[in-house]
Amino acid sequence: MMTDSKVIVRAEALESLLIEKGLVDPDRIDETITFYNERVGPMNGAQVVARAWQDPEFKARLLDDGTAAIEEFGFSGGQVDKLVIVENTPDTHNVVVCTLCSCYPWAVLGLPPRWYKDPAYRSRVVREPRAVLKEFGTVIPEDTTVQVWDSSAEIRYMVLPLMPASWADQSVDVLASKVSRDSMIGVEVLAD
Amino acid sequence: MVNDLGELPLQDEFQPPMANGEVLFDEPWQGRIFAMALLLAKQECFAWTEFQTELIEVIHDWEVSEDQAEIYPYYEHFQEALKRVLAAKNVVAPTELDARTVEFSARPHDHDH
Repeated sequence: MMTDSKVIVRAEALESLLIEKGLVDPDRIDETITFYNERVGPMNGAQVVARAWQDPEFKARLLDDGTAAIEEFGFSGGQVDKLVIVENTPDTHNVVVCTLCSCYPWAVLGLPPRWYKDPAYRSRVVREPRAVLKEFGTVIPEDTTVQVWDSSAEIRYMVLPLMPASWADQSVDVLASKVSRDSMIGVEVLAD
Repeated sequence: MVNDLGELPLQDEFQPPMANGEVLFDEPWQGRIFAMALLLAKQECFAWTEFQTELIEVIHDWEVSEDQAEIYPYYEHFQEALKRVLAAKNVVAPTELDARTVEFSARPHDHDH
């Protein structure tokens, strides 16, 4: 469905006013779009996860202070004020949502997928997380607790997924290539 | 420079997020509104949390209203929130924006984009 043309014209009108006021440069707008479209994405988070799987000391630092730990990769900014990493274990499965709007850890996961911003996901995953996860094809065993984390402008969450046992001998780069975005939001469980 | 936008290093050895199968912006104006909000926050026209507060309110108003479109208009909310925070900060007055919108709406359809 195309957007109402009034909305599009209003966006153009706003841009022209901001340019006149010297507040935005159209080239910077283009650069920003390209940057987020092509450069920032879940591969940043995947590198963090792969390292945590291989390096217990890094993992401890990551769980203790996510914001500081990702700075070791040079990842910061992107509206992450405080990044908290929640670790999946055989006993607890974590899943992340922003019930009020669309808060998301941009620095490690890029921009959120469409469904993350959707009212259905935002309201339902809190009420019936297992049912929502099942719709993603993710079945969590009955004896595993499902913990839902509600992001805010101040705190963003990322899930540290469980590594399938058969991946233990893989290099950190191969591991990073196998970590999906959805597993770091918590709607997917990684499998062989 | 592009890579000071999020203080993130460029990761040349990795695939772009598009490879993950997700298109971030369905229509070009959405990317432009997103980028404008980010750039204005970076130069401290407003704090990101101030924008976020407006966005939460706009989304809430839409969710309790009965006039809901079939497709969730996230970036329309985003635009409305930006309009409100710019008005609150006396950066762009709503009347100014409305006047420019009317002016642009009157352009011939084959105008140069």
